[in-house]
Amino acid sequence: MNQYETVFIANPVLSAAQMKEAVAKFRDLITKFEGEVVHEEDWGLRKMAYPIQKKSTGFYYLLEFRSNPEFINKFEIEFRRDERIMRFLTVKLDKFSIEYNEKKRARRGEVKDQPKVEE
Amino acid sequence: MATQNQSEIRYLTPPSIDIKKKKFCRFRKNRIRYIDYKDPEFLKRFVNEQGKILPRRITGTSLKYQRKVSQAVKRCRHLALMPFVTDLLK
Repeated sequence: MNQYETVFIANPVLSAAQMKEAVAKFRDLITKFEGEVVHEEDWGLRKMAYPIQKKSTGFYYLLEFRSNPEFINKFEIEFRRDERIMRFLTVKLDKFSIEYNEKKRARRGEVKDQPKVEE
Repeated sequence: MATQNQSEIRYLTPPSIDIKKKKFCRFRKNRIRYIDYKDPEFLKRFVNEQGKILPRRITGTSLKYQRKVSQAVKRCRHLALMPFVTDLLK
């Protein structure tokens, strides 16, 4: 089991419900393949630094999860097939980045309570 | 005497060539082990106004962390958090 982190940018023309549906789809995919979602973060609609598919904004979403390395390939294929997703990036986390993320979450947890923080 | 004549040359302001500030690697100094690609504000320190990655000889970053900086900047660009090319980034 490795820990990974995926950030994806969804199409800004989606409604909030459609966006939730897309997120739920990927979350279910992780749990279906014996993975475990550690953390998730909704960055909301953000302006991008340059246009992608002729759009200047996008919905950013971050998923941090633990899974088998074989799963990543399937997971990324799903992203490529999904038309709602404009861009995605999956990164494997090493021990320093896991530590960094946990610290960051702890710091933010002090400021405001986030119900989605686990561990 | 030659040595005395040389010592008489004085400057109003000492020449700045000798007082070079020693550069240091901010990651080693502050014990930063991981560079977050999701933080464009921080990564802006390592690029010039056009968004190009600055060389090690200017920022003073050690080789180990320069590789991580460049990886982080490239990931950041991929996610459109940082531009590939611009003017007046700062």
